[in-house]
Amino acid sequence: MAGKKESTFINMVLVLFIITLVASAALGGLYELTKEPIAAAKLAKKLKAIKEVVPAFDNNPSDEMSEVEMPSGDKLEFYPATMGGNLVGTAVKTFTTNGFSGYVWVMVGFLPDGTINNYSVLEHKETPGLGTKMANWFKPTDPAKQKSSIINKNPGTTKFIVSKDGGDIDAITAATISSRAFLDAVQKGYNEYMKTKTKEDTSHE
Amino acid sequence: MEYILIIISAIFVNNVVLAQFLGICPFLGVSKKISTAVGMTGAVTFVMILATIVTYLIQKFVLDAFGIGFMQTITFILIIAALVQLVEIILKKVSPPLYQALGVFLPLITTNCAILGVAIMTIQKDYNLLEAVVFSGATAIGFGLALVLFAGIREHLDLIDLPKGMKGTPAALIVAGLLAMAFMGFSGIV
Amino acid sequence: MNNWQNFSKGFFKENAVFVLLLGMCPTLGVTSSAINGMGMGLATTFVLIMSNLVISLVSSQIPDKVKIPSFIVIIASFVTMVDLVMAGFVPALHEQLGVFIPLIVVNCIVLGRAEAFASKNKIIPSIIDGAGMGLGFAMALTILGSVRELLGSGKVFGISIFNENYGMLVFVLAPGAFLALGYLIAIINRLRKA
Repeated sequence: MAGKKESTFINMVLVLFIITLVASAALGGLYELTKEPIAAAKLAKKLKAIKEVVPAFDNNPSDEMSEVEMPSGDKLEFYPATMGGNLVGTAVKTFTTNGFSGYVWVMVGFLPDGTINNYSVLEHKETPGLGTKMANWFKPTDPAKQKSSIINKNPGTTKFIVSKDGGDIDAITAATISSRAFLDAVQKGYNEYMKTKTKEDTSHE
Repeated sequence: MEYILIIISAIFVNNVVLAQFLGICPFLGVSKKISTAVGMTGAVTFVMILATIVTYLIQKFVLDAFGIGFMQTITFILIIAALVQLVEIILKKVSPPLYQALGVFLPLITTNCAILGVAIMTIQKDYNLLEAVVFSGATAIGFGLALVLFAGIREHLDLIDLPKGMKGTPAALIVAGLLAMAFMGFSGIV
Repeated sequence: MNNWQNFSKGFFKENAVFVLLLGMCPTLGVTSSAINGMGMGLATTFVLIMSNLVISLVSSQIPDKVKIPSFIVIIASFVTMVDLVMAGFVPALHEQLGVFIPLIVVNCIVLGRAEAFASKNKIIPSIIDGAGMGLGFAMALTILGSVRELLGSGKVFGISIFNENYGMLVFVLAPGAFLALGYLIAIINRLRKA
């Protein structure tokens, strides 16, 4: 090594150029290498959420995904799950803007008649420890708490409003706003799901 | 309406320092006096808005256009570093009084993570250019508000007799915690 | 200074978080649980070791005036690598840490070690320095994360320690970060004086 390089213009430009070139080449290479795992991780996450909320299926629901755009510009996503070609349930990625702080995204699994099979909260910014309880609150294992459950209930026959507002579902203790928001998201998912269903049924005839 | 929501959210609800933990170093470092806090806020506001506009345009017209989004971190930090230098040189020539006021704070800004953080968040939130400008401006105001409030409290803190271990940073952090608690009262309004 | 002293200084004497008060943003931002703190600490350690290694190798070839920009590019490259690899292989943690991963690039510790140590020293001591500083940082983040998780939700690394209804919520929220770190530093100050 010939000691410290002088800070001449040529030297500076050359050194910076070489460093940036090497850096971009290395990153470009790594990007190509990690592209597949990143895409796979994203897909796996989505499939996991779908698997959680609908009965066992043997198709790839994300290939048959369809979307409905809401007036706000956000999209509801429908993932039909089939077993041997028969529809066993549909996972609906739905949302609400009524949360305590911003959007709440929920994946709800509907059976073909609109009954709720299961749900999973995907994304939210509710208060930790209060609003976050919605992840399990609405699917209690304790039979004494069935009034807070939405599992096996149908938004068409049960009023999906918190009992405080005259509905049939018990809200999370100390987090009524988050509960209202959650039920709003589920109801929205149900409404849109039924709309697409009636459309399909009529188009078949 | 949308813009008002962005502004209120960025200043109060998701305050950049007290809720998102960006820009903590200047928050703790230059908050001993109100006057320096105000100077720092001026410099941050200026650079933050400028940096957000430039990085936004680069993202849309260079990174997205060529599909090299993975170069985001490198590009953004270089743009910010270059911008800070440029602002320093231009201010020195064009407005010596302003340079006098903001000059000492400018070199510190390159490593202020609030600038890079806001530039990245603007892209993640998928704002359009005007929303991005409003968001970055409001974030800077939120930064200033937290900084000036904090400096005001800290000026008095020096006069209080504290246990030995608590003096200095620990006391400052606890005050910041209380301030963050006060700001939590804003959550839920948007 | 021998290698052991060089390595261990990052843990106690010159601990980045508790003593030097550097890298405060990720320290406060990601430590709502022990695992997040540890993940962030290890990601930063990787960047520190790699950037120290490369910078100690090439710094003699870099003219003084472009030293800082060159260092920034080198550091940013390793940060992007960590970002890409984490997105592909630990997506859940990647999502939790969010914007703080690209922000490793403006963590004062990394640029500080590059400038103050790696650019003046040979490769082996630079790696040891990076590892010591990085692991010391990771240790501090893990401790803070554990304390907040324990006080906030009664768990450490997701394992319940207290009754499940226990929890001082404030410690997993924003104010708790400041409070917990403030008291931890106060305790450490007291211990160092004694």
